[in-house]
Amino acid sequence: MIYSDKVMDHFSNPRNVGVLADADGVGQVGNPVCGDMMSFYVKVKDGRLSDIKFQTFGCGAAIAVSSMVSEMAMGKTLAEAMAITNEKVAEELGGLPKNKLHCSNLGADALHAAIKDYEDKAAGRKKDAGPTKAGEEEHEEECCCPYCEGPIEGMESACHHCEIDLVECEACGKYTNKNDAACVNCGAPIAPPAAGK
Amino acid sequence: MKRVYLDHIAATPLAPGVLEAMLPFFGERFGNVQSLHTDGQSAAEAVEEARDSVARLVNATPAEIIFTSSGSEANNLAVKGLALAQRSKGNRLVLSAVEHPSVLNAAKGLERLGFAVTLVPVDATAAVDPGAVAKALTKDTVLVSVMLANAEVGTIEPLAEIVKIAKAGGALVHTDAVAAAGNIPIDVRALGVDALSLAGDQFAGPKGAAALYLRKGVRPVPLIDGGVQESGRRAGTENVPAIIGMGKAAEWALAGLPGWGERAAKLRDRLLDELPARVPRVRVSGDRTRRLPHQASFLVEFVEGEAMLLHLDMKGIAVSSGSACSSKSLKASHVLLAMGIDHATAQGSVVFSLIDATTADDIEYVLDAFPPIIDRLRKMSPLYTQFLKESAR
Repeated sequence: MIYSDKVMDHFSNPRNVGVLADADGVGQVGNPVCGDMMSFYVKVKDGRLSDIKFQTFGCGAAIAVSSMVSEMAMGKTLAEAMAITNEKVAEELGGLPKNKLHCSNLGADALHAAIKDYEDKAAGRKKDAGPTKAGEEEHEEECCCPYCEGPIEGMESACHHCEIDLVECEACGKYTNKNDAACVNCGAPIAPPAAGK
Repeated sequence: MKRVYLDHIAATPLAPGVLEAMLPFFGERFGNVQSLHTDGQSAAEAVEEARDSVARLVNATPAEIIFTSSGSEANNLAVKGLALAQRSKGNRLVLSAVEHPSVLNAAKGLERLGFAVTLVPVDATAAVDPGAVAKALTKDTVLVSVMLANAEVGTIEPLAEIVKIAKAGGALVHTDAVAAAGNIPIDVRALGVDALSLAGDQFAGPKGAAALYLRKGVRPVPLIDGGVQESGRRAGTENVPAIIGMGKAAEWALAGLPGWGERAAKLRDRLLDELPARVPRVRVSGDRTRRLPHQASFLVEFVEGEAMLLHLDMKGIAVSSGSACSSKSLKASHVLLAMGIDHATAQGSVVFSLIDATTADDIEYVLDAFPPIIDRLRKMSPLYTQFLKESAR
């Protein structure tokens, strides 16, 4: 088995799954392109997390991590919850496979985003109803050719590894094949090169 | 607990008689094929019989079969070996975008040596358009490589048409038939290919023996230099027990082919029809009819493949997934992306592949176990919640 017993326990019986309709804070991390996506909902009472719910789209590790974070943070003060790190979560789970440490181990980030969402709302810094997204700039994917995964330096118009003509998709900002009808990353239609007058 | 093994594309149990056929070659018939004495010749005779059996599986002659260690090695030998051997004629390779990594990455290796590679796109079912191959062909194209069938989505490619086009353009044609060989009838003469890869472990033979068919007169540059084994085309002491096992499995597969195709397709169709009927937002990936008889693959929206795989495993059901999370590299399947499937949907890939022992009861067991698993995973999926919200509007 690639996962520890504890991971499998949290994966098969995840704690605190769901949505809080009256959440005080909502945080999100990840997107389907990098594989995992987590939404955390928190209720805050007297400076403590009185309820936590989560939803996760992702692999066994991602689900187990979300469940573990919710259990670790339940009833904690906001400061204590903010001190939970992704590393501590992995440790608590009895370790995670190396290749899952980065992309699936984002539960603490999602929880922190939910707490930040609560704090921003409480301080009147945030007006919109949408969830707070965890520092996406930190998780930006390396810029590489989506076809051969070779690196792309600067603004090249073709991947010099696989020689596919590349263009930046207007919808998702990632590189895709200029000659395709749709973006390979997000499926948005690619505008054909404008016909010259 | 009941175990239902539906991961043929990863490994199969040995066919009846295969292990028994192999055992003497670990014992009293231990000799080296290259030795001239009685012990060596006893092994050599058996290897030649196995070569004959493998040749018959694809309607080749024994001299046209080279044994290799794996399907990947056979693909490497074909792609690199044939491209390098024809370097003076040209430097372009034309491949489909859904080839196995052992073809795609072999070609990538050639790019570093100055070769150029054109990837031919596929349609939404992973089928290659022969017209697109015609367009990609240039005067300097020395090799076209398009697989016979795709393991991940089951689609059988229109190879005969592609061969005609490539031949007219003067290129050699290789096909990766690893997923197909032993599971659908193959006739290298009718197909007209110059090279064809097959692996014993895809038709109930042991791991560690595979083969490359090379049409008489077609010579690759060897990947492994050394002695005269495999007529100088692949050096290294032969893996005699595995080769014997592959030969025995080839005989078994050839004898059972018509029955297997019909039997497997019936069970496969039950899965293809019923899973989408029992679970909403599930669709078949690949071509519905031009399809490997033992392969049923799906895209399940709002859930991730590895999570499905683990839950199915806990119910005793073994499957594969092409999801990014279930791959070691955490990259989404290049096959699904080439079919124009978005990343989130590609994450919901689940692949069932039947083995000889699969029964109708097994399939019913899967059909009962699958819906509650998807229901559970969707209840914890933010994407599903979002979908429900949007569809309520």
